[in-house]
Amino acid sequence: MLDRHPFFQLFAARLRELAREPGVLFWIFGFPLMLAIGLGFAFRGEQAVIVDVAVLDGPRAAECAAALPADLGFRASVLDAEHAARALRLGKVALVVVPGDAAEASPEFRFDPARPESRLARALVHDALERAAGRVDRVTPRAAPVTEPGSRYIDFLIPGLLGMNIMSGGMWGIGYAIVDMRSKKLLKRLAATPMKRVHFLAAFLATRLVLVLVEMVLLLLFGWLVYDLEPRGSLAGIAGLCVLGACAFASLGLLTATRTAKTEVVGGLINLVMLPMFVVSGVFFSSDRFPEFVQPIVRALPLTALNDALRAAVLEGASLSEQGPRLLVLAAWGVVSFVLALRLFRWS
Amino acid sequence: MSSAIRCRGLVKTFPGKPPVEAVRGLELDVRVGECFGLLGPNGAGKTTTIEILEGLSAPTAGEVEVLGRTWRAHADELRERIGVTLQDTRFTDKLTVEETLRLFGSFYARGRSVEQALAEVELGEKRKSWVVNLSGGQRQRLAVACALVGEPELLFLDEPTTGLDPQSRRQLWDVVRKLKHGGRTVLLTTHYMDEAEKLCERVAIVDHGRVIALGSPAELIRSLGGDHVVEFSFEGPGGAGGAETELARLAGVRAARAEADGFALTVGEPHVTIPALLAHAEATGSALARLATRQASLEDVFVTLTGRHLRDA
Repeated sequence: MLDRHPFFQLFAARLRELAREPGVLFWIFGFPLMLAIGLGFAFRGEQAVIVDVAVLDGPRAAECAAALPADLGFRASVLDAEHAARALRLGKVALVVVPGDAAEASPEFRFDPARPESRLARALVHDALERAAGRVDRVTPRAAPVTEPGSRYIDFLIPGLLGMNIMSGGMWGIGYAIVDMRSKKLLKRLAATPMKRVHFLAAFLATRLVLVLVEMVLLLLFGWLVYDLEPRGSLAGIAGLCVLGACAFASLGLLTATRTAKTEVVGGLINLVMLPMFVVSGVFFSSDRFPEFVQPIVRALPLTALNDALRAAVLEGASLSEQGPRLLVLAAWGVVSFVLALRLFRWS
Repeated sequence: MSSAIRCRGLVKTFPGKPPVEAVRGLELDVRVGECFGLLGPNGAGKTTTIEILEGLSAPTAGEVEVLGRTWRAHADELRERIGVTLQDTRFTDKLTVEETLRLFGSFYARGRSVEQALAEVELGEKRKSWVVNLSGGQRQRLAVACALVGEPELLFLDEPTTGLDPQSRRQLWDVVRKLKHGGRTVLLTTHYMDEAEKLCERVAIVDHGRVIALGSPAELIRSLGGDHVVEFSFEGPGGAGGAETELARLAGVRAARAEADGFALTVGEPHVTIPALLAHAEATGSALARLATRQASLEDVFVTLTGRHLRDA
């Protein structure tokens, strides 16, 4: 009978354990949706850019502030030198304008060139002051704002969240769970039974695959219903990527769990593995932002490969056969970690 | 085949600085169908020994045969034929008793039913409870049930009652006594002498990784030369120096030893020794503060052999 098979029993035990732990369910399913809602809201596209500027108090301050009207997106406040410097330091304003005077007709801009919004403010304020001084524009481009699905921040975000979830699910769901069993001596107890090691590992992996597919459906459905994001690639292809990613990160999770019996130690190890990838692998912003010389390393990371592949499939409709190198990177991480893990693994 | 377990020259040394010699040349023969106890203080090497016998760790040196097989050649077969409880296994919190047993049962080719195992450890009414909601004694009985679902010929119980309250201990003893029926062999470790006396047909007393005495509890106690112990203390700061050798010369005394709070005499017949002791006290001008007699126990055997008590060795 099927339900007396050890694989089935191990698989069922694992699913029951997860289903009876509401906190775990939240981290698996609720958390990525909350991130999608929160970040999608924070970066929604239709919000107009507002440029906060301080105008240094003086004889021509009012005139200068009048040249930066709210209907052009400026929020100009007239401040004394001390308050203006403070506002700039705290990031409340992007730029401080010192209006020209009798001696020096041109204004002075004080800003930090490393801040993108300061550079933007500088260009916009310059433009507005030129116009106020009587410049006639010769070129008037027509604006055609893009809010189409596929090119907004939320479109970038959803495949990234899916990739992130596949990574953390594999690391915590396999790595932490196994160390927890070792710390309770449950692994040792299982090793004293005739249980086949392959059934044990297969049950863990099967649990991950089920969860990953549910996560995928949830996130894509959410994107589709709330943000009108319809995946361009085939669902089967996206599911295939998720499965490959889940296998790679399950192996990596298993590798972190090979020796230690302390859950604190494995927690640290998992964070050590995941944190760099959270930053560089393009979950929240594109990994192309990192300098050229680190790109070979960034692209060799499993999460970069997974995120890039998911984005290509969801947003551009790339098929699996077009993503050979990324699939290879994922498969290599999976195979190498798995082989190492089997060699190093301890039951007690 | 009359031997369920046979080991010769068993040695286990854990690497380290300095290396820890947990087992140093241990010899053991456990007969089929008996309940055998490894009795010794914490750190004597009992758990190391039992884990080698269970196939969970490899010996540094020595021969081990379990049910006539070796772990090297017949590991799969042996795992089918033995049942194990470890010291303090924590089963998955949010599985029920029944689910846990069904899981363990699925690993064995010839499993018994979950019902039978539940009945044998008297845990039937808790079948739907999550493990996290069981008491310490119930968890330990669940551990025994998990060891029973494979219908083992040989059962290993490592410190089965450590940390349990007196009532749970007695309940578990009842369970273990029933397990012996049906030709099953049981090997248990314990540092409770009363547990070994009540449950085991034969006991090996283990200290520093070696067997220092072997026999039935009655035989071991008889080896003291007397079945009774007279314990007493003198009023005031009496009983220094040569008192022990003087006391050993009293009528009927087989052995005398100083304890932390008085003396203990191993005697054959208390009614001979006690009058002699009272006369001795009067002659030396000391008064008895406390006087008690009791049956000699395995604890006395251990103290006689090592000079230490089981509990503080």
